[in-house]
Amino acid sequence: MKKTILTSTALAAGLAVSAGAASAQEIRFMCYSDGNECAVYDDLLTRFEEQNEGVDVVVDEVPYQAIVENLPVQLAAGTGPDIAKITDTGGLNEYYLDLAPHVDTGYWDEAFGETLNWYRVGDRDGYYGMHSQLTITGPFVNATLFEQAGVEMPGAGATWEDWAAAATKVAEATDADFPMAIDRSGHRVAGPAVSYGAKLVEDGTGTFEGFGPFAEAFVGWNEDGTMARDVWASQGGATYADAAQEFINGEVVFYYSGSWQVGRMDEQVGDFFDWKVVGSPCGPAGPCSGMPGGAGIVGFEQTEHPEIVAKVIDFLAQEDIYAEAAARTRNLPAHLGVAQTGVEFEGATPAAQAALTAFAADLPNVAPEAFAYQGYSGNRAMYGITVERLSQAIVGELSVEEALARMNDDLEAAMSEAQ
Amino acid sequence: MLRIITPVMRVIEIPMLALQRLLGINRLAWVFLAPNLILFGLFAFLPVILNIFYATTGSDNVLLSDRPYVGARNFVTLTDCGNYLDANSCREDKFWRAVWNTLWFVTLQVGFMVGFALLTALILNRDIRARGFFRSVFFFPVLLSPVVVALIWKWILQREGVLNAFLDWTGVGGVNWLVQADWAFGWSVFISVWAHMGFYTLILLAGLQAIPRDVYEAAIMDRASAWRTFRRITLPLLAPTMLVVLVLALIKGVQTFDEIYAFTGGGPGTATTFIIQYIYEEGFAGAPRLFGLAAAASLLVAGVLVVLTLIQLWVNRRNVNG
Repeated sequence: MKKTILTSTALAAGLAVSAGAASAQEIRFMCYSDGNECAVYDDLLTRFEEQNEGVDVVVDEVPYQAIVENLPVQLAAGTGPDIAKITDTGGLNEYYLDLAPHVDTGYWDEAFGETLNWYRVGDRDGYYGMHSQLTITGPFVNATLFEQAGVEMPGAGATWEDWAAAATKVAEATDADFPMAIDRSGHRVAGPAVSYGAKLVEDGTGTFEGFGPFAEAFVGWNEDGTMARDVWASQGGATYADAAQEFINGEVVFYYSGSWQVGRMDEQVGDFFDWKVVGSPCGPAGPCSGMPGGAGIVGFEQTEHPEIVAKVIDFLAQEDIYAEAAARTRNLPAHLGVAQTGVEFEGATPAAQAALTAFAADLPNVAPEAFAYQGYSGNRAMYGITVERLSQAIVGELSVEEALARMNDDLEAAMSEAQ
Repeated sequence: MLRIITPVMRVIEIPMLALQRLLGINRLAWVFLAPNLILFGLFAFLPVILNIFYATTGSDNVLLSDRPYVGARNFVTLTDCGNYLDANSCREDKFWRAVWNTLWFVTLQVGFMVGFALLTALILNRDIRARGFFRSVFFFPVLLSPVVVALIWKWILQREGVLNAFLDWTGVGGVNWLVQADWAFGWSVFISVWAHMGFYTLILLAGLQAIPRDVYEAAIMDRASAWRTFRRITLPLLAPTMLVVLVLALIKGVQTFDEIYAFTGGGPGTATTFIIQYIYEEGFAGAPRLFGLAAAASLLVAGVLVVLTLIQLWVNRRNVNG
């Protein structure tokens, strides 16, 4: 009798486990946060789970480094997640799941417009990614230092040269350590380089043609003290470094970074001084362009549940959900409908709200070259090359001409290896 | 205890005897060596073979099956130079900058480290007050993680760091240590010596303590000066230990990466980029990932390390044979 009970209990337990395994469809979402993004998505996806019984979306929050370094290797080995939040929009294209068969492509075209192209490469031109946070590079200015120095802030249409001259005057008058600073990142200098005439992408291929004038100016600013030399010269390789802390400390008059820094400025500058965001300065070539960027959510072909993956991403792409996410995470929306309606960023101070509005207002000024560069699959290689070689020119290991020649050689080698 | 072990041994004995009968006593040795051989094969030999495969294949694919064979192309790329003394004339200038930086670094670091370690060991070997305390003090940095070492010194040396605050206070004025190539390199050598000297001091101290006392007593009786005693007794008798220290320090010096990478990131420019950082950046940090180039460079470094290890083995053997 006892044996029979044991057997039936084991059988029942086995059946229950296998039934559970069959009904629970687990979707792994590899996510990184600049602020609170993963927590917000986790919360929003609880609603999705309630609407879709049997689906369990697990949000795995990982450091950004894991997205950059580990995710590509996992995908190459076929052990990647079902969904991920990524920034290398074009670079991972070969692994993307085409959402087109499962979503309303008309709605997606209308909602995300041109940003859909950032996820497309060559023939693989489906519907792959929902751009979840749009960023744009631009300058933060210490308005208090300008006021103390009695220098008038350059207005709309001012050039990099105008800003360099004004910031230098302010720094001299106020004893600020540095007139200007730009993050040590190939992405950050791309907008200014375009304003100076760099093409960056031509016929779908990366190029450093026209990069010379900006390189000359930038290296010169680092040599004459206009630019904070510490940022680019105190690191090696392609390591990222920013000057946010220097700006927060009141040591930098004009700091070129991007919209994702607004939260940090808002929290850490506080009442220490007045700061504001101005549009990207113009260059001799004409454009006054920042560089767009940000992150998007994509699904991967190797998933066992393509339909559910598409459903999850489509859920996050719906206007009401997207608007809520943008407001709660304080990110600029890439969703055209949400952008048009405007976003009341949750918990943002008037300064932060004004800064985000200023960044959003600068989006139409993004040059087509900068827009194309963001979607170019080889942009990460070009970012790294830019940082390494410009740094060498700044510290005097290479002349600007040698640095430019090396940039072209490096790009050629990288592209041939990446074929 | 014996009561437990004996029955267990008897149980093991039965299959072992059967195995011995089956394989013969000589072949049985392989059975005992097998676990170690398997581990060595998996974690040492296999990676070397894989490395050779990566070094002779191209593309940024991680899977070997997707990587086309390119023969010696990666080695040619690394060694294609107009003048090996001028990195700018080399196709892969970053590799040669790293090679020359590493050579300079190893020369200076090993020289200073062995010198200071010997001096410290000689002092700590004397009957000084609080000798135990000082021995611990000199060994303490060895216990620190390389990243902690790097962060401590970064805080001290950065533009608004402790050292510059002190220099400003004294009126001398601060220096932007980490932005100037020569200073950054110099401090990298200093930090590396500071962090590892304790380990070599300990080895040399053990070597000094192994020198028989009566030799020194005979020198005192002969009224030999301190310098003569050091030159004619201490140094010759310490030479075998010194050679081991030298070779170990050389190998460790060539492998330098973590603390300097965390300290300067290899900068300014490539002033403190050493060969291991070059391999890491080409293979893992950059885009696209040039696994082939990184693997080829690592094989070249492995060749250098093999030579250094052979020197160490030869020195050891010579010492054993007297």
